Amino acid sequence: MKTADDNWLYVISHKRKLIELNFTEIWRYKDLLFLFVKRDIITAYKQTILGPLWYIIQPLFTSVIFTLIFNNLGQIKTGDINPFLFNLTGITLWNYFKQCLTGTSSTFTKNQNIFGKVYFPRVIMPMAVTISNLVKFGIQLLVLIGFYIYYLLRGDTLVLEPQYLLLFPIYVLMMALFSLGLGMLLSAMTTKYRDLTVLVSFGVQLLMYLSAVPYPLEEARAKFPPMVANLVELNPLSQIIEGFRFMVLNVGQFEMDKLLYSFIICILLFLFGLIVFNKTEQSFIDTV
Amino acid sequence: MTRSNVILKVENLSKQYRLGLIGTGTISHDLNRWWYKMRGKEDPYLKIGESNDRSSEGSSDYVWALRDINFEVNRGEVLGIIGKNGAGKSTLLKILSRVTGPTLGVIKSNGRIASLLEVGTGFHPEMTGRENIYLNGAILGMTKSEIVGKIDEIIDFSGCQRYIDTPVKRYSSGMTVRLAFAVAAHLEPDILVIDEVLAVGDAEFQKKAIGKMQDISKGEGRTVLFVSHNMASIKALCTKAIVLEHGEVAFNGQVEDALDYYLNNTMKSSEAIYINPQPNEDSDILEVKVLKKNELADTFGFNESVSIDFKIKVSEEDLAAKLGFKAIDQFERVIFTSNTLMSDVGITKEGTYTIKVIIPSSVLMPNKYRVVIGFHIHKKKLIRKLDQSIQFKIEETGSGFENYQKDDMGCVLLDCNWESQNNG
Repeated sequence: MKTADDNWLYVISHKRKLIELNFTEIWRYKDLLFLFVKRDIITAYKQTILGPLWYIIQPLFTSVIFTLIFNNLGQIKTGDINPFLFNLTGITLWNYFKQCLTGTSSTFTKNQNIFGKVYFPRVIMPMAVTISNLVKFGIQLLVLIGFYIYYLLRGDTLVLEPQYLLLFPIYVLMMALFSLGLGMLLSAMTTKYRDLTVLVSFGVQLLMYLSAVPYPLEEARAKFPPMVANLVELNPLSQIIEGFRFMVLNVGQFEMDKLLYSFIICILLFLFGLIVFNKTEQSFIDTV
Repeated sequence: MTRSNVILKVENLSKQYRLGLIGTGTISHDLNRWWYKMRGKEDPYLKIGESNDRSSEGSSDYVWALRDINFEVNRGEVLGIIGKNGAGKSTLLKILSRVTGPTLGVIKSNGRIASLLEVGTGFHPEMTGRENIYLNGAILGMTKSEIVGKIDEIIDFSGCQRYIDTPVKRYSSGMTVRLAFAVAAHLEPDILVIDEVLAVGDAEFQKKAIGKMQDISKGEGRTVLFVSHNMASIKALCTKAIVLEHGEVAFNGQVEDALDYYLNNTMKSSEAIYINPQPNEDSDILEVKVLKKNELADTFGFNESVSIDFKIKVSEEDLAAKLGFKAIDQFERVIFTSNTLMSDVGITKEGTYTIKVIIPSSVLMPNKYRVVIGFHIHKKKLIRKLDQSIQFKIEETGSGFENYQKDDMGCVLLDCNWESQNNG
């Protein structure tokens, strides 16, 4: 004999657990996840002439400008590495973060039309953004590899230590977790407080300068006032960028404890973002 | 085994909304709420709040859009949800379809719930019809293999074969709706929530859509929750119904009883007499009375004639004015029209007149009727239109059709000429 009350397939209640990431449910919606990814990719540059070329143009131009301003004008030293390649490496990974963050942080406000009508695990949306940006990142990575080979053929000293390449998926994962966590947090908060949308757009710009993108960490330690230098040092993003550059270009230094530190921060931020996101998804439609 | 029949159970469901703007007040309430929670106390704002009556101004910033809703739905049942605007129907559906969460209470279900709250959700204009079918289907909860299995059927149903590989932004709005409905209609959840999607597309497609709805709810034995203002379709589709009033369940039972309850309550203002509070200077309707044997009445037997008396005032320039009325039944169907155009009432000079019209007995089927009255000069001037004021009811007193009550016998019983001949 089954008891009457405890055998329900689904229960919708006002009480929720702190983390209620229902993996079986997300798994059931995996097709939707990939369809969203596909949608993002095929619709991104529809009805444009250059199409996916924009993926390439954007980081290239930014790198050129950075090289002109920071290296030619600003005299930032990048060691033996060609400054353009140095900048391109940092920007490639940074772009991934930036795209993910701006994409996920507007999850609720941008999708309120869909969210207001049908239910699916809301977390699918930011996940789709993170994955579809991975494709763009892949394309930009190919450009980076192209230039890497070019500089190699030109005779620059570039040492690639194969064992460090194993770190590559870890760095990308960290970037993904960090941007997803921060993005979910921001998107949850923007449903009530719209001030944050303004903050995100220029905050990302400012954050870039604190994340060791256009300069090596070494320079920061040497030239910034100690407080700012510490800030840059503590920023997990600058550790990720620096580590990524070390892996590709063999510049700067690699410190295991710094990697571990950033990894833990990324995980914590991701979990925190997820909790807030889950709390918000239930009732955001009333406040958005 | 009785338990397994209940597929959906709603217990003490409540939803509170905050009125007014979300601004600086919000953050202080949020902090206050958090402070109470930290000390292990109940949310202070849940104690206040009023029932949701749109028209009367309340004293609290919080209203209960839904309060203590309880009901159960059995497998295969089609439940209608009836209520006036703002009674909480849509809020209930939103919570059921998990678009928003309840403030208090629990919903337990033994099946997947999918909603047709609005069709075409998530259509991307840049993608082709086919791509959108996949995307929209997945948003509505289908898996890719389910969609693959049905894609031909969906395309066929939508009638957009020719455009299926064209971006949706090139579609006419009607085509978009057709495609969207086609996807939604091929959902196969255990519980389907439908909200007034009947009114999409052109007449031909509407017919197709309604037919599909009926198939879904009748033929395929699906559990359906159906919200509509159209009483006729509620009656046709549903077996049971609940009536919502100011966010509370006012009635829960068989669909006929629920409709009766609802109509009795919404038609409460029924009056057999109308006196114009502010007549025009020149021409106007002054008074309307519904009479049974010269007595005011609002309930008539089937075999009694209904007489309506109009007192009107006509000025010199409006001598051509006509008086007419439409009888409308409880399902908002217009039953017939009658007009002084058809008979000579002899308005020849300025003055007040009393005009009497008799609706013959044994014609109108037992039902509730509303009379819309117009006093006008055809295509030139509308002197007065009375929309809501006059109502009456015909009761079953021996039409001989009592036994057919479950069937829709139409609105009018016509005494046709039947002839018979014995051919040996």
